[in-house]
Order: sequence, then structure tokens, then C-alpha cells
Amino acid sequence: MARASPDGLRWMRLLGGLARSVVVFAVALILFGLILVAAGKDPVRAILETLRSTLGTGYGLSEVLVKMTPLLLTAVAVALPSRLGLINVGGEGQLYMGACFGTWVALSFPPWPAGLLLPSMLAMGMLGGGLWALLPAWLRARGLVNETITTLLMNYVAPSIATFLIYGPWRSPFNSMYPQTVDFVEAARLPTLFDTRVHVGLIAALALVALYGFVMRATRWGVEIRAIGGNPQAARRCGIPVPSYIVAALCLGGAAAGLAGIVEVAGLHGRLRPGFSPGFGYMGFLISWLSFGNPIGMVVMSFVAAVISLGGDVLQIKQGLPYAVVNILLALTLYVVLARPSLPRRRGA
Amino acid sequence: MVAAPEPASPTPTPLVSLRGISKRFPGVQANADVDLDIYPGEIHALLGENGAGKSTLAKILYGFYRSDAGRILVRGETVAIHSPLEGRRQQIGMVFQDFTLIPAFSVAENIALFLPDLNFVMDGRAVRRRIESISRRYELEVDPDALVSQLSIGEQQKVELIKQLLADARILILDEPTRVLALHEVDALFRVLEGLRRDGYAILLITHKLKEVLQGADRITVLRGGRVAGSLLRAEASEDRLVGLMFSRKVDRPAERHPGRRPPAYDETPVLKLQGLSTRGEGAETSLKDIDLSVYPGEIVGVAGVSGNGQRELGDVILGMTGVAHGRRILLGEDATALSVGGMRRRGVGFVAENPLTMSAVPFMTVLENLVLTQIDLYARRGGWAMNWDAVRAEAVREFERFGFSLPLDAPARSLSGGNLQRMVIVRELAHRPRLIVASYLTRGLDVQSAEAARRALVRAREDGAGVLLMSEDLEELLALSDRLVVLFAGRIAGIFCPEDTDAIRLGRLMTGGGETEIRHG
Repeated sequence: MARASPDGLRWMRLLGGLARSVVVFAVALILFGLILVAAGKDPVRAILETLRSTLGTGYGLSEVLVKMTPLLLTAVAVALPSRLGLINVGGEGQLYMGACFGTWVALSFPPWPAGLLLPSMLAMGMLGGGLWALLPAWLRARGLVNETITTLLMNYVAPSIATFLIYGPWRSPFNSMYPQTVDFVEAARLPTLFDTRVHVGLIAALALVALYGFVMRATRWGVEIRAIGGNPQAARRCGIPVPSYIVAALCLGGAAAGLAGIVEVAGLHGRLRPGFSPGFGYMGFLISWLSFGNPIGMVVMSFVAAVISLGGDVLQIKQGLPYAVVNILLALTLYVVLARPSLPRRRGA
Repeated sequence: MVAAPEPASPTPTPLVSLRGISKRFPGVQANADVDLDIYPGEIHALLGENGAGKSTLAKILYGFYRSDAGRILVRGETVAIHSPLEGRRQQIGMVFQDFTLIPAFSVAENIALFLPDLNFVMDGRAVRRRIESISRRYELEVDPDALVSQLSIGEQQKVELIKQLLADARILILDEPTRVLALHEVDALFRVLEGLRRDGYAILLITHKLKEVLQGADRITVLRGGRVAGSLLRAEASEDRLVGLMFSRKVDRPAERHPGRRPPAYDETPVLKLQGLSTRGEGAETSLKDIDLSVYPGEIVGVAGVSGNGQRELGDVILGMTGVAHGRRILLGEDATALSVGGMRRRGVGFVAENPLTMSAVPFMTVLENLVLTQIDLYARRGGWAMNWDAVRAEAVREFERFGFSLPLDAPARSLSGGNLQRMVIVRELAHRPRLIVASYLTRGLDVQSAEAARRALVRAREDGAGVLLMSEDLEELLALSDRLVVLFAGRIAGIFCPEDTDAIRLGRLMTGGGETEIRHG
């Protein structure tokens, strides 16, 4: 019998995790198919059509990568605090605040060169998302209010602030039809790759996921974070500053979501619009939990979620189904995940 | 109408009799051949050290546990009590140490939930009326509409009692009811019990506090090691007799000490000095009151006491887990009152917690990862971006060898037995030459050999100049290892001794709240 090395074990565990994820999706797809049948559609054709138009063409694939970019970042926003046992449901709000902060830079300093303007926008975007997580983080670190509730509630505030800014001081005078800001100057746009809509935000997002994985696995902070997540009592008695970690993890998570916001705005839209996120923050939550915070799993799940999300557009156009079917599929996936008792579940702190 | 009061003197037939009750848990004989009679109109105290089998016996009577052998008679007839429900049918009620109330419900709702005759539609007014009438009768005043979450611990206990009385219990078991009460609340409780006694209730009072027993009980049964060590009427009982029954005499003389033992450095700066230190305990925690304590380099200070008298709180406040309400904490001559756990750790404080699984170890991390948690500064490289696991491993192997332990370094901590977990924690906390070691129940869960190795490790740390605060329930261990001994009772230091000048009986008396406070500064 071959002895499994630690590395081998890790790979086996990873493969096992992937296999489980495939089963989850299969079950969710079957349930989804039943709903399509109930709506009077042919589920096999609908699903095949979705796959063909997303994965079957170069353009479709590039669009999947575009969708995937903010999802990777919002997944990190959830995954990092989750390692401490914290549940950050606030990705959506943090994303909007990041977009607002970054947009402010883009609108206020258009003459700056791209080399200064873009980094400032991204930095402000991260600051905005991080600050939006600071209040829940502080309240949680003091042991006052559960972060799940506060982060969730703040999701309803941030988009309203964005809408206020867009309808008010930032409204473009050039387009009276749609409420939106003026188009960003060229220097405030993220470069795109290979003549597609894929922008360098994807590379940044992948790098951030890799950084997250590295920090968790190899650094002292990863060890301490895992200790807090595993037994906060023991971690405190070992002298690990748990409250500081709570604040840092939630704020850095918020920063990742804020980065998703400004990257989406500067990379794809080139202007800030109300409702520009179709729930990236919530999808990131789903992705993080489906992959149990595993970085490779997060990449895979983001890809799958992007396919599903785009599939919604396809179904909407070709089958006449409302976009909401996507939410049904995502929700079904989450239910299937939560209904499996055999998988390790993160315990709350 | 009120039932005619029965005579307070014991009637010939006991209300409850236990005969030959035995109960074994894995590795421990909790009860062995216990006989017990409880008469109506009597307060029967069940006295004993922690682990003497008091709670187990009570839970068998209530139907929470099932005995391995023996039988229970209620009013002279053998009955089968296999669940608390059956216990309640026999009019047996129990007030547990941890209350079973629902904090978000009101007092009336909590009580109504427990009533066997609750209607489908709850008649709140009727319940309230019943609560008020019983409250008045036995001085158990509580506001029926108050939320339980807003009640003090003492008030919650009243609710528990009312609950049992309204559910028609005639035999009341109270498991260490005074543990969580303030002094005036204890007096009030005994007035309540006195009233119940007059009305013919049988009360089984579990406790380890001598004073209460001698004041309030009619009959006292002492358990030791799961067996009945003796049963006395109050008139026959005295502090000395009870202590003699509770604590075995075999530890009268401290065990042989190492002959070349170096005396502690009493002329140097103490590694730890607590000055008038008090804490505010939350919920069921014990508040520490006015603790004055010094630990000198090369000294082991033993802390004796029945658990729950502030040991855990003392350890935590020294480590910096809980805040200091009054007084000062001085580490190595410097004021450390405001230091965090991390700050204390960095200045060389080691801490062996009383429960390694919940308080010290991260179950899903490997042994190696667990070992590094307190000393992560030592092994972090490149500003924290890398860990020197090779160094951790080498050090771990060396230390395990030094302690004579052997553990799988790459196994997750949750796969270890309780004893191995304790070994892991001991190595972690004693490895880096700590200046101060706070150790609670150091040898709990260890086999004889490992316990000896752990004690040797502690003694070696002492020889190396560390100050040690050792909390234990094992008097033999304390008398053998300590240079000085303090007794903790109800959050206060009840006595300070040299082990040579004292014996288990005297300690036992102080541990159970008897005798005068004896403090001699050494």
C-alpha cells in the first residue's frame, strides 16, 4: 500500500472537494430543470443552449471571464473573514462604496496621468469598501453586535448612497435619458486584454485570490487566523489579539469587495450607474461558502457562477425566461450545499 | 386552603430511600453501594468534595441517569425512575446548577411551560395567580412578568424553585444552590428552605460548604469517593467530624520532598504580585475579592480550593483574559494591570488551562501548529510572510524528549486523547523558559507516569527560577509540590500556609468555608 504524503493527501482532499461540488451542482441543476419544466420549457435544451453560448464560443468565454472578475474579489471578501468564523454578508454594500470612492477620484482628477489616476482609484476603492466594513467590524470586535446582521443591513444603505450621488452631484449633464456619471477619461479606464472586454482586473483578482491562499497557508497571519477560527477561546489564551484580527479581516474583506466595485466600474462600464451590480456581493458569498474558502475552489466556483449568470441572459433572450431564474438556480445551489450535513461547516466565533 | 402543616420532626417512613445505588462511568466509580433516606420535613445535606459522587447520586434519583445497581423507594414502595419525567411523576423535582430557564421568556411563561396541567390555550392569569400565592407563602417574590434574561442569578433560582413547587414536587433536590449566590441571597434561600421544611417537603441539599450545612441541615450524609463515608444528625455533627469524613486522612503528612530542594528567592522581586485585586464576575463566574498574592522566583505557590471558588477567574485575570476591576497586577516588578494576554505572554507567562480541549488547543490544527501558537514571534520569518516550520519541528522533538512524552506532530489535535492533549499543552507552555507559570489541574487526565513527568517538569522550571502558581484539587499533590499554599474560597484567599505547618484537615476546613481565615505572610 502506498503511503500518502502530506501533499498527496492535500490533492486527494482537493479532488474530493471538487467531486462533491460537481454532485452539488448536478443536484441543483436537476431541481432547476424541474422548475424549467414547470415553466413549460425544455430543460435539456435550455441548459445546452446556455452552455453553448457561454463556453462554446470565444466571445462567450471572454464574457464569462469578464463576469468572473468581480466575483473572485467578492468571494475573497467573504472567504477571509470566514476563516475567523465571521460571516460577511456585506460584500454588496462594500462593493458599492468601493465604486463610489473610486469614482470620486476618477471624476475629481481627470487630468492626472493613468499611472497615478488608476492606482489612486483602486486604492480609494479599497478604502471605501474597507471603511464600509469598519463599523460592523468594530461592533463585532467589541462583542456588541453580530456582524452578519450589521453587514447585511448596510447593504441596503450603500447602493442608496451611490444612487444619491448619481442623481445628484455626479449626474452627467450630457445624457438626460439615463442617470449616470459622465464617461471616465481614458486614463481612468483599466486596460483590456486581447481585444475583448476582459480587463486587467481579472489578473488583479486572480492575484488577490492567490495572495489570500498564500497568506492562509504559509504566513504567521494564516496560522493565527486559523487558530481563531478553530477555537477563539484558545486563541485568546495563546495571546493572539483576536479583536484586532476581527477588525483587520472584515476590513480587508471589505477592501476586496470595494476593489471589485471600482474594477467593475473602471474596467467594464467606464461610468457609474445605479444598480450596476447584479448582486455580485451575494454571489461572492455563495462562491466562498461553496468552495469552503479554498482558493482553487473559489476560482472554479467563480467561473461556474459566471456561466450561470450569463446563462440567465441567454435564457432571457432566447427562451423568454425572466433573469430571476438565475437567482433560483443560485439559491438552489446554496440550499443543496447547506443541506449536506457531511461537509465540514465553519463554526461561528 | 392550605394543607395542615405536618410535624417538622422526621416521621418513621422516609419519603425517599435509596438502597445500594451504584453507578460507573468509564474510568470512574461515581457511586458505590449508596444507601440514603430522606424524610418529609427535613433538610438533608449531601456533603462531599468535588468528584465525590453527589451530583451523580442526585441525578440518579431524579431519573437523569440510570443506576447500574440498587433501587429507589418512594414512600416505601420500589419505583422505577428512568427519566426525569418519571422522576417528576414521583413528585421529585431538581434545581440544577445550570438553570434550565429560557431567557427570552417571562417568568410566568417559563413556569407555565413546566406545568404538567398546562392547557392548550395558556391561561396567563391563572398561572400568575398560582405563582403569586406560592411566592407569598415561601418568600419567593419575583415579578411574574419580568423577562428571565433580566433577573439576577438569585432571582432565577427562585423561579426554578417556584417551578418545581407548582409542578407539585414534594422532594426537592438542590444541586449546589449557594454556589452562585451572594451572601444575603444565601440567607434568603435558607429562609425559603426552612418554610418548605415546615410544610413537610423533603429537601436534598447538595453542597460542599460546611457552615451552611451546620446551620441549615437536619441530617448530613457525607460522600467520599462515591461511597457513604458517614451520616450524622446535625446535633452529632461538628466541623472537625465532617471534614474528617470528607477528606481522607492519608495525606496528613506531605510527601517526601526532594532533599536538595533550593529555597525560593524570597529576597528577589516577585515574578507576580497581585495587590488588592478584585474582578467583576459575569453570570455564574465567581468574582475575586481583594486578592493579595506574590509568587517569587523559584517558588511554587499552590492554590487549594473546591473548584468554582475562583480558580478559573484567578488564572484568567493573571493571564489578562479578564479585566481587573480594582487593584494591581505586577509582573516582574512592573505594573502589568493593563497588559493584554499577548503582552503577558511576551514577557514570559506560561499558562496550563484547566480544560485543554476548550481553553488551550485548536482541535483541527496539527500538534505542530498548536505548539507554535504561543510563540509565533519566535518562528515567523520575513516579517510574518513565512514560518520556519523546520525550527518548530526540531524544537518540538527536543522538548518532547526532554519531557519524556511522545506525540505525533502532524496529527490534528482533535485526534489526541485527553491525556495527550494535556501533554501537548504542558510542553508548549513550559518549553520556552517562562518566568511565570500558571497551571490549573496540571495532571488531570494524565496516567501516573505522565503525571509524574509533568510534576517533574514543573519542579525543574522552579529550579530554573520560574515562579509557579499551581491550582489543584489534589491536596496530596499540592502539599508535596508547593513552597507555600493558599486556600481560595468564594473568590477570597481564606488562608496562606507553609505545607509543613498544615494538614489536609485544616485545609479542608478552609476550603469548605469553615474556621477563621488564617493569613500569615511568609
